[in-house]
Amino acid sequence: MLHTVNKSSFERNSLQSCLNTIDDTSVILLIEDGVISAANNANSSMLSDLATQGRVYALQGDVDARGISSKVADNIKLVDYAGFVDLVVEHGTAVSWV
Amino acid sequence: MATKKFMYLNRKASYGTAYAIESLEVVLIAAAFDQDVSLAFIDDGVYQIVEGQNTDGIGMKNFSKTFHALGDYDINKLYVSAESLVERGLTADDLMSLVYEDEDDDWAEKPSVKIVSNAELTKIMSDQDVCLSF
Repeated sequence: MLHTVNKSSFERNSLQSCLNTIDDTSVILLIEDGVISAANNANSSMLSDLATQGRVYALQGDVDARGISSKVADNIKLVDYAGFVDLVVEHGTAVSWV
Repeated sequence: MATKKFMYLNRKASYGTAYAIESLEVVLIAAAFDQDVSLAFIDDGVYQIVEGQNTDGIGMKNFSKTFHALGDYDINKLYVSAESLVERGLTADDLMSLVYEDEDDDWAEKPSVKIVSNAELTKIMSDQDVCLSF
């Protein structure tokens, strides 16, 4: 499954709710304000395990818009909109944690 | 018209919601009415003035440049929560260099942004007539 998170982990618990229910094969794509969770910050530990396994993605355009491209954790993969589509195709059912 | 002290509390990042740009609009309106305007950036609001925003990839207007115009509207009190910066792995160097020209000091260019603790911010807020949260 593909899980998209579009809220900042500093403002809402969407990312935590997603992490509470995610299975071992699912991946997370951070979009919109969700990309704030891709930056190295006080909430980085939430995603560090999954990121190490290469299961966390962030949308490049949203990262750039917020001026945090130099802050993104090393093992979080950046994708463009075409990459977003690829993830949807590859992982089937998508859950949007709005 | 009597002048009041207005403070705008910016708590959300730009682009994900309309709060940031709407706040900026209202700030400029207050300035047009010659009010005493201060801005505070707390929580994810600190991302609004991060340097190097590029919105080409999301098809939205990059309104961060508008913050550079605030000095010309006599808006030169921009307070940033130190605690909010630290939580987000940001420092003063990550923020835009926002300045104003001080008419009482031969138009010398001075920084508008001041990083303050939440305790200091509490005091500044209590000194206001109106606080609006976005």
